[in-house]
Amino acid sequence: MSHLGCPRLLAPECISQKYAETAENSFNTSNIFSLGYACRNISTSSALHNRTHVSCDIKGDVAVVRFNTPNSKVNTLSKQLSAEFTDVMNEIWANEAVKSAVLISSKPGSFIAGADLNMLEACKTAQEVTQLSQDGQKMLEKIEHSPKPVVAAISGSCLGGGLEVAIACHYRVATKDKKTVLGTPEVLLGLLPGAGGTQRLPKMVGVPAAFDMMLTGRNIRADRAKKMGLVDQLVEPLGPGLKTPEARTIEYLEEVAIGFARGLANKTVSAKRSKGLMQRLTDYAMALPFVRQQVYKTVESKVQKQTKGLYPAPLKIIEVTPLQGSGSSFGQLAVTKESKALMGLYHGQVQCKKNKFGTPQKEVKTLAVLGAGLMGAGIAQVSVDKGIKTILKDTAQKGLDRGQQQVYKGLNGKVKKKSLTSFERDSILSNLMGQLDYKGFEKADMVIEAVFEDINVKHKVLKEVEAVIPAHCVFRPVTPPLPHPQHSIAAASKRPEKVIGMHYFSPVDKMQLLEIITTDKTSQDTAASAVAVGLKQGKVVIVVKDGPGFYTTRCLAPMLSEVARVLQEGIDPKKVDAISTAFGFPVGAATLIDEVGVDVATHVAEDLGKAFGERFGGGSIDLFKLMVQKGFLGRKTGKGFYVYQEGVKNRSVNSGMDEILEKFKVPANPDVCSDEDIQMRLVTRFVNEAAMCLQEGILSNPVEGDIGAVFGLGFPPCLGGPFRFADSYGAQQLVDKLRKYEAVYGSQFTPCQLLLDHANSPSKKFHQ
Amino acid sequence: MPHDLARAALQGLLTRTSVPRDVVDYIVYGTVIQEVKTSNVAREAALGAGFSDKTPAHTVTMACISSNQAMTTGVGMIAAGQCDVVVAGGVELMSDVPIRHSRKMRKTMLTLNRAKTLGQKLSLISKIRPDYFAPELPAVAEFSTSETMGHSADRLAAAFGISRLEQDEYALRSHTLAKKAQDAGLLQDVVPFKVPGKDTVTKDNGIRPSSMEQMGKLKPAFVKPYGTVTAANSSFLTDGASAILIMSEEKALAMGYKPKAYLRDFVYVSQDPKDQLLLGPTYATPKVLEKAGLSLSDIDVFEFHEAFAGQILANLKAMDSDWFAQNYMGRKSKVGAPPLDKFNTWGGSLSLGHPFGATGCRLVITAAHRLKKEGGQYGLVAACAAGGQVNDAVLHMGP
Repeated sequence: MSHLGCPRLLAPECISQKYAETAENSFNTSNIFSLGYACRNISTSSALHNRTHVSCDIKGDVAVVRFNTPNSKVNTLSKQLSAEFTDVMNEIWANEAVKSAVLISSKPGSFIAGADLNMLEACKTAQEVTQLSQDGQKMLEKIEHSPKPVVAAISGSCLGGGLEVAIACHYRVATKDKKTVLGTPEVLLGLLPGAGGTQRLPKMVGVPAAFDMMLTGRNIRADRAKKMGLVDQLVEPLGPGLKTPEARTIEYLEEVAIGFARGLANKTVSAKRSKGLMQRLTDYAMALPFVRQQVYKTVESKVQKQTKGLYPAPLKIIEVTPLQGSGSSFGQLAVTKESKALMGLYHGQVQCKKNKFGTPQKEVKTLAVLGAGLMGAGIAQVSVDKGIKTILKDTAQKGLDRGQQQVYKGLNGKVKKKSLTSFERDSILSNLMGQLDYKGFEKADMVIEAVFEDINVKHKVLKEVEAVIPAHCVFRPVTPPLPHPQHSIAAASKRPEKVIGMHYFSPVDKMQLLEIITTDKTSQDTAASAVAVGLKQGKVVIVVKDGPGFYTTRCLAPMLSEVARVLQEGIDPKKVDAISTAFGFPVGAATLIDEVGVDVATHVAEDLGKAFGERFGGGSIDLFKLMVQKGFLGRKTGKGFYVYQEGVKNRSVNSGMDEILEKFKVPANPDVCSDEDIQMRLVTRFVNEAAMCLQEGILSNPVEGDIGAVFGLGFPPCLGGPFRFADSYGAQQLVDKLRKYEAVYGSQFTPCQLLLDHANSPSKKFHQ
Repeated sequence: MPHDLARAALQGLLTRTSVPRDVVDYIVYGTVIQEVKTSNVAREAALGAGFSDKTPAHTVTMACISSNQAMTTGVGMIAAGQCDVVVAGGVELMSDVPIRHSRKMRKTMLTLNRAKTLGQKLSLISKIRPDYFAPELPAVAEFSTSETMGHSADRLAAAFGISRLEQDEYALRSHTLAKKAQDAGLLQDVVPFKVPGKDTVTKDNGIRPSSMEQMGKLKPAFVKPYGTVTAANSSFLTDGASAILIMSEEKALAMGYKPKAYLRDFVYVSQDPKDQLLLGPTYATPKVLEKAGLSLSDIDVFEFHEAFAGQILANLKAMDSDWFAQNYMGRKSKVGAPPLDKFNTWGGSLSLGHPFGATGCRLVITAAHRLKKEGGQYGLVAACAAGGQVNDAVLHMGP
């Protein structure tokens, strides 16, 4: 079923993995300064201050400091919280009766999830941010040198500034559950750990591990953190007792932490960790200037290679680790446009993790997937592990076997990585029912169809399914990038209000985006139900109106067409790849066609060409057709623009293409063929089409447009998506470029009305 | 081997009860860790103990409540009219458990069996690597969660906020009471066993009343370094076997026996093997009481399996909590905690030891003996087991 191949594109790692966890714990700080919120745990001394974010309890000779950002799921290091924290600590240091302190959160799901983004974004200048960072550093230095031992009791997200607070303490106790993650995700927002993390982290886990954490921003689970030496003790989560498991677990964490705090104060517990042999060896090696230089050089060249110098943060991290005073670097980074773009994506992602249609009337408990191909099995995999009973139906045993094996393999991979136990894998797999008939469909709350991409087959399947499914059941054709407008499928349905389209991206278990397509007939509840399932499957969901190519495919098509033209103009595929990745695309443009599949690209180009006419022209479609004829379908057949061989990493250009490219060669106009022009030709067509989708109402807002482009198509994350790019590059400048190319190539580059409007009034921005 | 211990228990039963061997219709035995040579240990032990070779026997397993399962299986057979007289029991030999070769080694050895030529055999043998010799011990952890029972007990104690001190106190109580009962000659269910080549064991040898101070010195055994479950407040694993004679009332009376106790009713319950692994008695007690039409205050004698002091105390707290009953058991109110003066007053598994498969019969017969000694009417027996399962039974002194 490889013809279902959607753009097999991974958004750069820095965007795809990370926010998943933090997104839930959104940095929601809108009400941070609302006062008058009575905090429950106000100790006698703090009662005078009417604190709202930090409270302090004295338990014998141990002070328990509790973070609790009011009206928010997570704690963030806001100005208010930091000020109250400083206050409380000063009281503790002044109080003779207190011998040690424990820092803990009142929220089981979040220790401190990081700095308050709104606070950073509100800063006008780099100096302002630097000041914030330096204030934080001062406070943490005081904690580090505190004569009274301070223990961090960590439950839930301990990220960014939160981790920096934790590692400034003398001892760390963490709950060993899936919600408890430690990490420095600053790099993903174009920042660096600004409160001493660049110095303390290498000391704690060694330079290589610290680089890994800071440069990837990956989340580290508590048990792994223990092995790395990032936390000193683990506390197992408790089951039901005389309180709820969550409430009792955090209380238990506090009790254990108090025990260690007392032990540290009376010297029965030592904070010195016995480092493992490996770490002692690396520490020793890193102390040698030669080795040290070598490591830095390697890391830097690797980062250079991966980021193409487009992201300032990782390089800055390497520069300041493990030196003192990262405050000013933090300030400089916070005001870069890359950081703004990445923060914009972060906010957008948080927005796309919410169901704007509200709660569906009926929760989807049983799902049926038609077709056990790559796509169908992928959808089944991300459903069963969320506890949804899933029927995977195919028409042939062989296809079904392959699909079931794919699900097993996906889950087993997690067992190997130890994020699942083999028992959990088995019990997850018990949610999967592979079958060849329609048995059990009468219980299905939703049917997702991922069968052969042919409208007649789709119609036939729809009729078969509608005969067996219950009345409330939602039918969702999975929608590969081929333009089968959903209304044509809905037209064949007995209940069009229950039909909705879904565009998953392959591989489903890796790609975060889900594009949901509604027709005018789709009911509100159907949409709510589809989005709810998508969110449950862990997807970032954008909802678009029906139309040829929907949103993502429609933006991609003109760009691919331009790629074809560039190739025809005699630029070789390697060069095309190099200049597109240099612009920030994670996958080169020629490689992208190979990954998508030349046959699919041909299909898309043809169908969308029919729908939109001249605007989707550019490269010759016959070029693709000839490639298909020759069997150069891309990665799946081993040959496309490149030759793909198992186990060969450096693939070579397919020499068979020389003849074809020669045949379709067109003269190049040197005025529009510089590297920069080529980049802009690709990007302006993309952006122009995206703007047109917004203009026509296919997209309901620019945020979803940016998220869809970055997470689904790999639009450069450092630019934040087509709309943010239009804002930062300038609508007028974009229009100027388009006009320049229009003069050479014609209407494919005619700027759309919306862009012209923005160009005409410079105050107009897609993102305020 | 396990069947030797079981044989001794069966012979002891024959001696004590003088039941004619040919009257016994069926034998059921419980065991947990199976000796591979005697996988149906019931049959081997019965034959060795001189029971009729015409008496069928089978072995059951249900973790720590295996002999409970053996007894209720027998009861079921009698109730179904299959038999009139059943001998049930359990056996565990913790001092010698089967340790396997690694899977790679087993595979090689099995293939070796099928190898025809010397060349094939040699080539197979040449493939054996040092890591093939790493042995595989029987798992002490729960299969579904990979958590050891002690670890789970420590978490359970923490969930109910039970301190180390409380646990040590309870363990000390168990040992003290067991010692008292032993000295007073109340533990009449014991049969002496002559260990081949060694002395005869005549009494439980794990009863060691110690001091709180000494117990307080021990380090946590599972959740290190801050847990509360230690070697001293956990039941210890021992060798042991038990046997019990079960009859229909008519048959017993017809044969001139006076029943030690009647089994009034029983239930099996199971729950989450992760967080509530050892919390079964809390769930089963109200159920069995309802089924028997009794309330907690009707019970004169409680005999609970003491897996861990913390586990017993957690169950007592849970049974005494309306909140727990409402939120986790779907009940309107708590069943109430058994009063300690009626609870395990002759010691328990903490002090007497816990031979997995054999414990159930000991609980039942101790309850019967206590009822008789104290002149009570009803006894309640409860035991939890790996897998989050539990058996609760109500005994009755009879009309």
